[in-house]
Amino acid sequence: MLTQKKLMSAIAVLCLTLVSNSSTALTLDEQKGLAISVEAKKRDLGWQDSTSDMQMLLRNKQGQESIREVKMKTLEVVNDGDKSLTIFNKPRDVKGTAFLSFSHPVVSDDQWLFLPALKRVKRISSRNKSGPFMGSEFAFEDLSSFEVEKYTYKYLGEEELNGLTNFKVEQYPVDENSGYTRRIVWLDTKEYRVHKINFYDRKDSLLKTLTFSDYKQYLAKYWRADKQEMVNQQNGKSTVLTWSNYAFKTGLTDNDFNRNSLKRAR
Amino acid sequence: MRNKLYNFVGKNPFWVILICLTFTVLSGIGAQKLEFKNDYRVFFSEENPQLTAFESMQKIYAKSDNVSFVVAPKDGNVFTQQHLSALKDLTKASWQVPYSTRVDSVTNFQYTYAEEDDMIVEDLVMSTKGLTSDKLEKIKQIAISEPLLVNKIISTTGHVSVVNVTVQLPGIDPMVETPEVAKSVRAIQAKFLAENPEMDIYLSGMIMMNTSFGESSISDSSTLIPLMFLVVIVTIGLLLRTITGTISTVLIIIMSIVTTMGLAGWLGFYLTGPSSSAPTMIMTLAVADCIHILTSMFYEMRQGADKRTAIARSIKINLQPIFLTSVTTAIGFLSMNFSDSPPFRDLGNLVAIGVMLAFVFSVTIFPALLTVLPVRVNKQSENKKDIMAKLADFVIAKRKALLPLTSVFIIASVMFIPNNELNDDFVKYFDESVPYRAATDFMQDNLSGMMVVEISVKTGKSSGINDPKYLRSVSDFSDWLRDRPETDHVNTITDTLKRLNKNMHGDDPSWYKLPDSQEMSAQYLLLYEMSLPYGLDLNNQLDVDKSSSRIVATFKNMTSNELINVEQEMIAWFAKHAPQYEVDFASPSLMFAHIGQRNITSMLIGTVFALILISILLGVALKSWRFGLISLLPNLAPAAIAFGLWGILSAQVGLGLSVVIGMTLGIVVDDTVHFLSKYIHARREKNATAEQAVHYAFDNVGRALWITTFVLVAGFTVLAQSSFKMNADMGFLTALTIFIALVVDFLFLPPLLILLDKGKYKSVEHSGVSADAGIPKAIEAL
Repeated sequence: MLTQKKLMSAIAVLCLTLVSNSSTALTLDEQKGLAISVEAKKRDLGWQDSTSDMQMLLRNKQGQESIREVKMKTLEVVNDGDKSLTIFNKPRDVKGTAFLSFSHPVVSDDQWLFLPALKRVKRISSRNKSGPFMGSEFAFEDLSSFEVEKYTYKYLGEEELNGLTNFKVEQYPVDENSGYTRRIVWLDTKEYRVHKINFYDRKDSLLKTLTFSDYKQYLAKYWRADKQEMVNQQNGKSTVLTWSNYAFKTGLTDNDFNRNSLKRAR
Repeated sequence: MRNKLYNFVGKNPFWVILICLTFTVLSGIGAQKLEFKNDYRVFFSEENPQLTAFESMQKIYAKSDNVSFVVAPKDGNVFTQQHLSALKDLTKASWQVPYSTRVDSVTNFQYTYAEEDDMIVEDLVMSTKGLTSDKLEKIKQIAISEPLLVNKIISTTGHVSVVNVTVQLPGIDPMVETPEVAKSVRAIQAKFLAENPEMDIYLSGMIMMNTSFGESSISDSSTLIPLMFLVVIVTIGLLLRTITGTISTVLIIIMSIVTTMGLAGWLGFYLTGPSSSAPTMIMTLAVADCIHILTSMFYEMRQGADKRTAIARSIKINLQPIFLTSVTTAIGFLSMNFSDSPPFRDLGNLVAIGVMLAFVFSVTIFPALLTVLPVRVNKQSENKKDIMAKLADFVIAKRKALLPLTSVFIIASVMFIPNNELNDDFVKYFDESVPYRAATDFMQDNLSGMMVVEISVKTGKSSGINDPKYLRSVSDFSDWLRDRPETDHVNTITDTLKRLNKNMHGDDPSWYKLPDSQEMSAQYLLLYEMSLPYGLDLNNQLDVDKSSSRIVATFKNMTSNELINVEQEMIAWFAKHAPQYEVDFASPSLMFAHIGQRNITSMLIGTVFALILISILLGVALKSWRFGLISLLPNLAPAAIAFGLWGILSAQVGLGLSVVIGMTLGIVVDDTVHFLSKYIHARREKNATAEQAVHYAFDNVGRALWITTFVLVAGFTVLAQSSFKMNADMGFLTALTIFIALVVDFLFLPPLLILLDKGKYKSVEHSGVSADAGIPKAIEAL
């Protein structure tokens, strides 16, 4: 099973290389969309690792609210998806649950979960990253790191947003298990920070709108938004993510991101 | 006043025609604003408690409007490579249905299993390539033993399967959204059939029901209304033998309908299944006015009067009775405002407006048209009158036998009224010719019923659903529900948790039980939720705070009363076993189950109001309280007999029938008014005996009564042909009631009058007592 997966990923990488090399086949808009995305990724390289706290505020149409809290540790991985460790803190009955994910741009992520109630680490095999993360309006794929290979692109033009000039770029997921047909992303032309994303579902209807606000700069280079608000346009539910205690280059290594590290994570 | 009216009309016929036509056109423009509401929710008023409960539940969880593709391979086996592949394609295509938010099928069921310390979550049918018979058998066994699937998505024997598409309509323009979904799923259905001729596929679900409401009405108006015109033309043409009269009557009918529907548009009405039968009803009722005027006019002309004089006399004679009968009819229909269901209020108001407009037109533009158009009197032998005279002789001669006979018949019929059972099965609102009905019947026979009840069990505490005690209660309740014979399927989160517990223990079947701690349950759910794909999440079962969960129970087809009983027993179960939780029950099935009860009660109040008003009107018009009271019997008996007969014929009384008493009251009163007024006239003015007065009444109005009754019965019988059963039953029972009313007026009322109204006129003492004795009987008949 595992070897099959490796083979698949190898083929996928090969295909992708072929596609990106034959960039002559891309239209001008596609080339520009790709170029903007490459530049955005480039500006966010080199932070090595980060830790942060995240609070989620879930709200349904009835006005009912619910709060979740997690701690995130992320390790930058060059030429692949990042490794991330999510430690759940609230609600209390999932406290200590830890989720380790090695994300990959085009093939399924590797995922492990430590369940304190069971005192065991379980490897989860699922191609799905489009389901709701902790019942929120965010899918896991919305939270995982941005990799250029995850999408193909098309530049749509420039647009004013929040008083800034933004590139408007359309992104088409490569992974067929993605929950979306496309996303439209607004990045400001100055710092290449994402300000807004519209998500379109499988039948190409607007599903969700994500807005980023309260951007702060860390290490004089890396921009992070303290607040992300996702509104589901179809069912009226919404989720607000609030990030705090960002720290970069804290000295995390691969050893902090393996099965054994899961049990001692907190 | 009566003379003045025709003086003006007769002098300025063209002006009258012009003004009426202008009014009709101006009003008629409003008809463009009329739209048909494709939504079963229109049957419920905003304050309806079951609707409120259902809407609040939909806000907490997810909306549950749906379309079901029911797929039946002709060889009776879903689990072949070819059929599964077709289902997989269908599942994929279903995601393209507009506003779809979720698609559940046997192929995309999120199958979880363990492999050493790995937990695998994947579609039950990942790929249909290279499926060996072993693998197919394994998939079948998993599917038919999975409580989430069996009897809902797959039949126990695996011969029929459903792809269920959950749709979340934005509700911005429901008139566009529902047809949009229907169009899309029909295209998918057609494509599926073309690609898979060895399989049958049907469409069911709430969206298809809503679509059928609209389509049934449209097909009705394209078949029933022309049919009704035909009936009118044939009736008037044959019975009155006049081309001008027929053309004028048809024009009056068209104007009454166009003006009413136009005004409805201006007033912001929308159309629904029941209210779309308004044109047919208005048409039927409008004819009666014209017939009365035409009959009198021809009578005068045959007597030698010239046309203008004949018209003037006819208007003079008929103005008051037509006005009175129009008002009573309108009051009867206005009693529908007491209904709990808005479409019936609309229907009542529309018909009331239409009836009054028809009255106005038949005394203005109708005589104006008759004045300007050529009218030829047909020399017709008046042998019809002889038949009426013979009938009068017969009734008077046999009155001693007729009165007990008819009384026994009335009482015997009344005894069958309790046979009737309140039942609003919305599937049966449509007859078998409607594809939705056929599909849903097929689904009921092969998979599961359409009766669904959603049960929200609330803890009021964040994460409260993970409490083992809570899970135990929900699981016990689900087991109790499953053991009941009427239950087809129960969807509960506890099944998922049991399965996950088993998966987490290496798929050991002995671990198929609820997790024993709050943490374990919470962590399983966290794990599971993260592994699910878009659209297959648990948000339709759990609220945002995980403080409550929703159980969805599907039952076999049953009557409203049976469903209400099941609801009561479910409430009792929680009161006994888990009183600490707040439990809500809601669903469209429950809404329809309760509306019959609510509506019957409110309609009875409405009918009593109408009855009192009409009786007062009659008392005033007949200038006699005594006759007003006597008239109660022939006015109420027809509905009582009709409901008694219905108790033998069908016994299922739904929303549509609960308004019939009020509605027919206003119509059947007309016969009584005409008959009694002639009878009283003879008694008072001509000093006739009761027998002579009966004879006089038969001679004078007998013919007009049977002609109008014929038109009314024909009209409502046409309505009874509707594929929308609610309207069809309403039409049938109304036709039956009106027919019985004539029989009662001819066979029961005259002997009764002769019995009660003995001696000379004004011997009030004796017969007054007798009349009083009739009242309790009349009230019983209610």
